[in-house]
Amino acid sequence: MTDHSLPDNPARRDFLYLTTGAVAAVGAGVTGWSFIDTMNPAADTLALATTEVNISSMQAGQSVVVTWQGKPVFIRRRTPDEIKAAQDVPVSELRDPQTDAQRVQAGKEEWLVVVGICTHLGCVPLGAKPNEPKGEYGGWFCPCHGSVYDTAGRIRKGPAPTNLTVPPYAFSSDTVIKIG
Amino acid sequence: MAHGPREPFDNKIVEWVDSRLPIFTMIQKEYGVFPTPKNFNYFWNFGALAMVMLVTMIASGVILAMHYTPNAAMAFNSVERITRDVNYGWLLRYLHMNGASMFFIAVYIHIFRGMYYGSYKQPRELLWIFGIIIFLLMMATAFMGYTLPWSQMSGWGATVITSLFSAIPVVGKALVTWLWGGFSVDNPTLNRFFALHYLLPFIICAVVFLHVWALHVVGSNNPTGIDPKGPQDTLPFNPYYTIKDMFGLSIFLIVYAFLIFYAPTLLTHQDHFVPFNPMVTPAHIVPEWYFLPFYAILRSITFDFTLYLIVAGVAGGILIYNFCWRKTPCEKTKPFIPALLAVTVLFGIPAMLLAFFKDVEALKGVIAMIPLANIHLIEAKLGGVLAMFGSILLLAVLPWLDRHPVRSGRYRPWYRWTLIGFVVSAVILGYIGSQPAEQPFITIGQLATLYYFGWLLVIVPWLSHNEPVAKLPNSIHEAVLADSVKGGKK
Ligand code: HEM
Ligand code: FES
Repeated sequence: MTDHSLPDNPARRDFLYLTTGAVAAVGAGVTGWSFIDTMNPAADTLALATTEVNISSMQAGQSVVVTWQGKPVFIRRRTPDEIKAAQDVPVSELRDPQTDAQRVQAGKEEWLVVVGICTHLGCVPLGAKPNEPKGEYGGWFCPCHGSVYDTAGRIRKGPAPTNLTVPPYAFSSDTVIKIG
Repeated sequence: MAHGPREPFDNKIVEWVDSRLPIFTMIQKEYGVFPTPKNFNYFWNFGALAMVMLVTMIASGVILAMHYTPNAAMAFNSVERITRDVNYGWLLRYLHMNGASMFFIAVYIHIFRGMYYGSYKQPRELLWIFGIIIFLLMMATAFMGYTLPWSQMSGWGATVITSLFSAIPVVGKALVTWLWGGFSVDNPTLNRFFALHYLLPFIICAVVFLHVWALHVVGSNNPTGIDPKGPQDTLPFNPYYTIKDMFGLSIFLIVYAFLIFYAPTLLTHQDHFVPFNPMVTPAHIVPEWYFLPFYAILRSITFDFTLYLIVAGVAGGILIYNFCWRKTPCEKTKPFIPALLAVTVLFGIPAMLLAFFKDVEALKGVIAMIPLANIHLIEAKLGGVLAMFGSILLLAVLPWLDRHPVRSGRYRPWYRWTLIGFVVSAVILGYIGSQPAEQPFITIGQLATLYYFGWLLVIVPWLSHNEPVAKLPNSIHEAVLADSVKGGKK
């Protein structure tokens, strides 16, 4: 007769105890995950993922604000001066180093498309409308805690850690931008 | 709770219930004859006042919820309808809106009372921690409640505060999307905030129950901080303190009623009465007054934690540990003290230059020469979030930061005055939090933040070993008699 036939074999008890516990833990984990995941964006929220914008009437120096996924997106048709200012900055001076070329599409340097949400704590920076302050680098100024962005939407001053996000976008034609 | 032998009640119905569930015995024991120190002052009113406010908030909230619509398109108008069209809706809303402020006033004074008289000290540590948990839950509840009217301040306040979590490395962004249930503060956010705003007050009730239970196990502290030694030191709770609480409550309710009837929007920003527009941020986002000190701490961290700051901080921290937290420096560290001092100063100077003097023209040349200036381990944004949460969590460990044998601030002048400084720093921070993030407010806020943390982490531990231990009266009774003799001579 081996040990395992003993009714109170402690090793066997421990094994049963641990496997039962493990199965229960996995079950609780799987169920728990479904509770947590319901709070993530639902399918219909995800479905609102793209926005098309007609840019044919925009003049150089003009900006528009459009809504994409419930967030403001800034589209700016930059003037040659603004493009030059953005290209001439030494990248090593930047908090979040990126060249201007990394922030626009090749051949379409006029068009800057960025999500209009300050990377600090989510306010909408000012500077899209003609009467709004653009900050000392000619881009955007966030009124909440004073972050300043340049004409490529890069962070230059203030508490925001990173540049304004460039959303995925494509030119569906010469006059239409599809965001998302 | 009420075990053991039971005195029968005369009333037959009461006796019938009590012999099956001794709830009347319990009330009698905990609130009737409960032996309470006889020397309470009015600071001891505020726990009961906070309790009254909790009940008021739940009662007014449940009725408001019957008229409120938690939908982004309708929420603002439903709250306007409550104020304009629903019978006495204006009263309910202003009760609830100003009730939150009164609740926080009561709790802040209650916390101050605990700090001044050393109520957090042994054996009341757990009681104190439950208190801080209640405070945190209240903050979460009030924050989500403020979102419900879906005003400009609601939406943008919610955006700024939820975005704090994006500072957490790696998972931050995903966490914020999860909190929002979308890609911005929108209808799903409003829905869950309403559900949680309804739920959390009941969780607060449960923690309040534990808080009061723990209180009734160890008994109340009192202004002398001396434990009651016998019947001459205590009074039965009823009628002595039921009456005193009623009197305090009457005064408190006069203030509350004044706000509701004469200045219902005094404490609320105008932008809270403008519908939320996700495309336009208001010029100043200002939280409700009770959050301002913490908001100011958040904004005080305008600098990244560079390599220099971290090294100087660690070396300085070891020194503080040896000279403030410990009575005498640890033998093993002693030989390294000069080296630690040197490291603190050598790294401290570039750290300070990088953190606070970057914008000074005259120093720009010097600062540009500092090597490795761009390496930072904690970004300013994360630093601010850690400081803000840290400022509250540190309060929870106050019983272990302060190890001085004397409980009450009445017999600890050094502790008392530095504590008053702490309160002043919190008030200054509150003012700074209401101002735009510009000079000189930034520097003032940083100095006040320094004192806030300095008091908790350096001064209080140092006082534990270095403040002289005063000779205390032998008992509460003796202290009260001495006071009345002094008063009689005047
Ligand atoms: C710890 C207790 C509570 C606190 C601190 C609290 C705080 C708040 C605050 C600050 C507001 C915003 C008021 C305004 O700006 O108009 C609010 C709104 C609201 N709360 Fe509460 N609340 C509490 C309990 C409750 C409970 C228990 C309920 C429901 C059962 C509730 C339901 C509501 C509703 C429906 C609103 C939106 C209507 C309004 O804004 O007046 N609250 N709450
Ligand atoms: S949110 Fe823009 S600076 Fe803070």
